Amino acid sequence: MSEKKKKLLEVKHLKQYFNVGKSDLVKAVDDVSFDIYEGETFGLVGESGSGKTTTGRSIIHLYEPTDGEIIFDGQDINKLKTKQEMHAFRREMQMIFQDPYASLNPRMKIKDIVAEGIDIHHLAKSDAERSKMVEDLLEIVGLNKDHSSRYPHEFSGGQRQRIGIARALAVQPKFIIADEPISALDVSIQAQVVNLLKDLQKEQGLTYLFIAHDLSMVKYISDRIGVMHYGKLLEVGTSDDVYTKPLHDYTASLISAVPVPDPEFERNRKQIVYDPAQETDTENKPRKMHEITPGHFVRCSEDEVAKYKERAASYEK
Amino acid sequence: MAERILDVKNLEINFHTYAGDVKAIRDVSFHLDKGETLAIVGESGSGKSVTTKSLMGLLANNAEVVGGSIMYHDQDILKKSEKEMQNIRGKDIAMIFQDPMTSLDPTMKIGQQIAEPLMKHKKMEKKKAWAQALDILKLVGIVDPEKRINEYPHQFSGGMRQRIVIAIALVCYPEILIADEPTTALDVTIQAQILDLMKELQSKIETSIIFITHDLGVVAGMADRVAVMYAGKIVEYGTVDEIFYNPQHPYTWGLLNSMPTLSSTLLEAIPGTPPDLLDPPKGDAFAARSAYAMKIDVEKEPPFFKVSDTHYAATWLLHPDAPKVTPPTEIVRRQKLFAKMSANKSVKA
Repeated sequence: MSEKKKKLLEVKHLKQYFNVGKSDLVKAVDDVSFDIYEGETFGLVGESGSGKTTTGRSIIHLYEPTDGEIIFDGQDINKLKTKQEMHAFRREMQMIFQDPYASLNPRMKIKDIVAEGIDIHHLAKSDAERSKMVEDLLEIVGLNKDHSSRYPHEFSGGQRQRIGIARALAVQPKFIIADEPISALDVSIQAQVVNLLKDLQKEQGLTYLFIAHDLSMVKYISDRIGVMHYGKLLEVGTSDDVYTKPLHDYTASLISAVPVPDPEFERNRKQIVYDPAQETDTENKPRKMHEITPGHFVRCSEDEVAKYKERAASYEK
Repeated sequence: MAERILDVKNLEINFHTYAGDVKAIRDVSFHLDKGETLAIVGESGSGKSVTTKSLMGLLANNAEVVGGSIMYHDQDILKKSEKEMQNIRGKDIAMIFQDPMTSLDPTMKIGQQIAEPLMKHKKMEKKKAWAQALDILKLVGIVDPEKRINEYPHQFSGGMRQRIVIAIALVCYPEILIADEPTTALDVTIQAQILDLMKELQSKIETSIIFITHDLGVVAGMADRVAVMYAGKIVEYGTVDEIFYNPQHPYTWGLLNSMPTLSSTLLEAIPGTPPDLLDPPKGDAFAARSAYAMKIDVEKEPPFFKVSDTHYAATWLLHPDAPKVTPPTEIVRRQKLFAKMSANKSVKA
């Protein structure tokens, strides 16, 4: 089904190295490729240090990628050189950050935080139009419009994250990168924010890149999922495939470690231990993404394809 | 019956602030038996951390214990002087903090940090204390302990640091171990390792654990009994099976409902936010966010109703005169499981 949909974002062989030319070279993102289709939510999971946040930041061009292409809506964003081109691109793609306490300027009123994008892109013709837009945005994210002249410290974590969402929506983007948007929030509030993101997607046809380490939440919100480890993308597939039919051992170990709110399940839980040695490339057997079943990819060498096909087949029995 | 080692009765704690008194703990009672794990679950601001800090005598300066008692065996912890508390803290009652990045001293070798409580509480000589520190480092699974005992915290990863924090807490073989969100800062695979380690060590050194967390998944795997806190009160407590498979309070329903499992397709969020404890609401504090609230919930505080010998919940829904309500679908599913389990007598008592 997804084959027919339009690719909104194509990440091709993205490499993001830090400290290039020095002895402490870090390959934060190493040859990562994936596509995101219009209107879907692509979840990126991985442990801390896996490179998932760096991938997101490279996509929105907060870093200059070391190598690779990022094609957004048919345009290679690494080739956007002029200020105007970058300006137009940023209107299309927005970001919601992890920490709702650090990502709002404490000295700005809510209306000015939300309207900053509106001002930069000259979307409002008059002051009245600007405040109308801000009020509408606050209402969309479930905040009271009378709150617009308050300051961030007067809001709770969940409300602040709603303000962050309103700010991202202000420029009517097509694509939103949500980097761990709920990990700083309480359980009961997490569900509120995730449901808000889902509703907004339905109403406005947004496309999301959802970055998180909470696997059950990623499973809930995403259509497709990519699993990252040590800067490499190991597995990509629909969220059902990745969770119920994991191909890569790392994915299986990650899923086996997720605590489930069910005592019976927990008592019988067997954790799968993962040996990262199988990720290291050898000279004659380079690993790349192979499609094992339709839409379900795993990073492996040519020799290993048969092994994974067998594993995929074993799920069908 | 197991030996009761800790009994908290009618604890009330206020914080003095410029805006007035915040009633952080409102009439909280619970107990801890030898060898068991009690999980206290709640959102931030529900009072779970304040409760445990009071057990350790570590309350902030602006906190005031207004009433109640904390009996540790036959002594009231609240009546102890700071000096007396220093003899209990770290020796009989130890604590693991949430953030392994900040709870270790960056300027001290980890061997020194582990040996310190032994030298202080057990008056051990340095050599002997370090030898014992080495033993416990092995126990918590640090590879190459002879070398690493001389290293500093920054040379360890987050998971390894939390193992060291656990080693420090357990080195005196405390009777009670308080773990305040010990794995929240860690990755899932590391979290699973640390939780397994805690379970293993608990059986080895026979300590009782009070486990503070907001993660119900972790609770399901760790706890024998569970207390659910909301707005400074315990709203429901019972065995882990009773709380997860036969919950009675609408807040417990809401919590279980808003957590995704790997198979959930719809999440029901709890609307609204927790109440301001400067001026706690009358009646059931959760009433404002509950779809099951009745008129009496905003007027009168519900007492604890007995569900079983080990299971109590403070909700008017359990009053004999209350109308029968149907809980959310997910809860009904769990309660059906519970009925099946009780029929098979497989419920863990």
